[in-house]
Amino acid sequence: MKRKNTNKYVSFALVIAAYAIMMILTASGKITRSMQGMLVPICAYIVMAISLNLTVGILGELSLGHAGFMSMGAFTGTCAALMMTESVPDEGLRLGISMVIGAIFGGIAGFLIGIPVLRLKGDYLAIVTLAFGEIIKSIFNNLYVGFDKYGLNFQLLSEKGIKLEEGGRMLIQGAMGISKIKKISTFTAGFILIILTLFIVYHLVESRYGRAIMAIRDNRIAAESVGVDVTKYKMTAFVISAALAGAAGTLFAMNYSTITANKFDFNTSILILVLVVLGGLGNITGSIISATLLTILPEALRGFATYRMLVYAIVLIVVMLFTNASGTKMLISNIKAKLGGNKEEEEQ
Amino acid sequence: MAYKSEGSNLVPVPSNAVIPERDINDMPALECKNLGITFGGLHAVENFNLTIGRTEIAGLIGPNGAGKTTVFNLLTNVYQPTTGTILLNGMDTHGMSTAQVSKAGIGRTFQNIRLFNNLTVEENIMVAMDKSIKCGLFAGLLRLPSYFREEKKAHKRALELLHIFDMENVANHRAGSLPYGAQRRVEIVRALATDPKVLLLDEPAAGMNPSETADLMANIRKIRDTFQIAVVLIEHDMNLVMNVCEGLCVLNFGRIIAKGSPAEIQKNPTVIEAYLGKSHSTKAHEAVNEVVEENSDTGSDNK
Repeated sequence: MKRKNTNKYVSFALVIAAYAIMMILTASGKITRSMQGMLVPICAYIVMAISLNLTVGILGELSLGHAGFMSMGAFTGTCAALMMTESVPDEGLRLGISMVIGAIFGGIAGFLIGIPVLRLKGDYLAIVTLAFGEIIKSIFNNLYVGFDKYGLNFQLLSEKGIKLEEGGRMLIQGAMGISKIKKISTFTAGFILIILTLFIVYHLVESRYGRAIMAIRDNRIAAESVGVDVTKYKMTAFVISAALAGAAGTLFAMNYSTITANKFDFNTSILILVLVVLGGLGNITGSIISATLLTILPEALRGFATYRMLVYAIVLIVVMLFTNASGTKMLISNIKAKLGGNKEEEEQ
Repeated sequence: MAYKSEGSNLVPVPSNAVIPERDINDMPALECKNLGITFGGLHAVENFNLTIGRTEIAGLIGPNGAGKTTVFNLLTNVYQPTTGTILLNGMDTHGMSTAQVSKAGIGRTFQNIRLFNNLTVEENIMVAMDKSIKCGLFAGLLRLPSYFREEKKAHKRALELLHIFDMENVANHRAGSLPYGAQRRVEIVRALATDPKVLLLDEPAAGMNPSETADLMANIRKIRDTFQIAVVLIEHDMNLVMNVCEGLCVLNFGRIIAKGSPAEIQKNPTVIEAYLGKSHSTKAHEAVNEVVEENSDTGSDNK
């Protein structure tokens, strides 16, 4: 139990230190423009990785449609922000409310998808979540939403049916997505969202809910036999995971002037899964580090031009080999033993 | 089983008992009536009638494949019975989920150990206390005072329960890293943590060395005496079965072939035939009798 606690503090310290360093660098102007533009996406991917780690690493169910929840949060949150442009002039507050709305809709999507999906196991669950990710993408690709003083106006497939009063505007335009978004996402907002996510996930894991969720992962039959309501706890983990992804989606979307559903496709889901696997299943600190590095890496490799993705793949393989080598594992556990002193005790 | 537990010398529940004393009446802890299950034409268990007293230690024995574990799975609603009813404290458990049956008062262990390997021993036990921890999701996420209060209470009780087997020192060890015998004991403690009225033990002594088995025998009695619960065990170790159980039920090919006290079962020709085959039954009878005489000085509750 103690080991988990040290991990928790490492995560928080890491995030706070990174934030402080980036703020200092930004203030002193020592940071490139492209790096500055990546800060918010990094934050969003960190939250995505942590939230997927909750499903894959802690609940132990493979989900291949996590980008679907991100998409849900991105579209609903951005719509909410656009609708509140006049009523809530303060940008920070507007972003906050939008992220909450994105999280709520992400959570609702998670709940609805969870009803059929959580009855399945293993490969079946992976395939169905994959399909749901694609379904959400298709829906947003064909959805037209207008907004005027009377409220929202929905139409599927074409915008012909939408008649807006004067002063109204189109929010979602099918495959064109949402355009003319005012970029209100900031690095500080991303930082706050990460801290909140860490609080929620760590507190969940250390409560009776988290114990039950991990018990289901380790042995479902035994968990049932000691009175753990499997569906309830699975659903809790899945909905929290989806809601966090929704909030991250809003943060991500508000960093661009245009957002389309195709941004949240199968590749994005896989990318997030790669972040989780590379950082280690159930390892939150690992997710944070891998999300940061793998978001920076493609930019850093821009010099390789055409061979960029090839080098990217090789780096991934090398990292996996390196972290799984017995020598490295020994080194890491030695360092842990020196730092904490309780790892050794546990091995006995 | 006609056996009544009045003959056993029960130790009175101590005032600092981990579980509060139950109201004791004459209602049996568990009653199976005409229980049966069919798997695609195969009658795995058929016409199974059994009554377990409130503080009885009963044994379910029989050759491999006789359907013993299937009976446990029926009792815990892992399988829904094709025929018959199960009454737990007079309540029909039909249609309940496994989790609900556990909450209603049946705790169990498994033949092949099923611990939560990546959790610590203490966490394993705290998972089983789920129904008694009164702390909601938001109280847990926001770390309200009720969270700390309930966690502290659960932690204290987990250590109390671990004390039965003197295992407090491994509370923070990963359950999967423990030796085999210790894992079996943790599984029993975990089942006890659900606050059961009936404890089902599926081969609790499997893989244990003789000294561990002797400890286990003492502990099964101790558990019954402190918690005032019924214990049903499946076991192949005849020494343990004959010494600990007050009533026995023998299964073969899914049917009950004999019921009675250990002494009666040892003399039952049908039982010997089921275990050793027909031609050997006379010789085997003598062999079994020898074993019984050897064991009689180990002392038992069933006299």
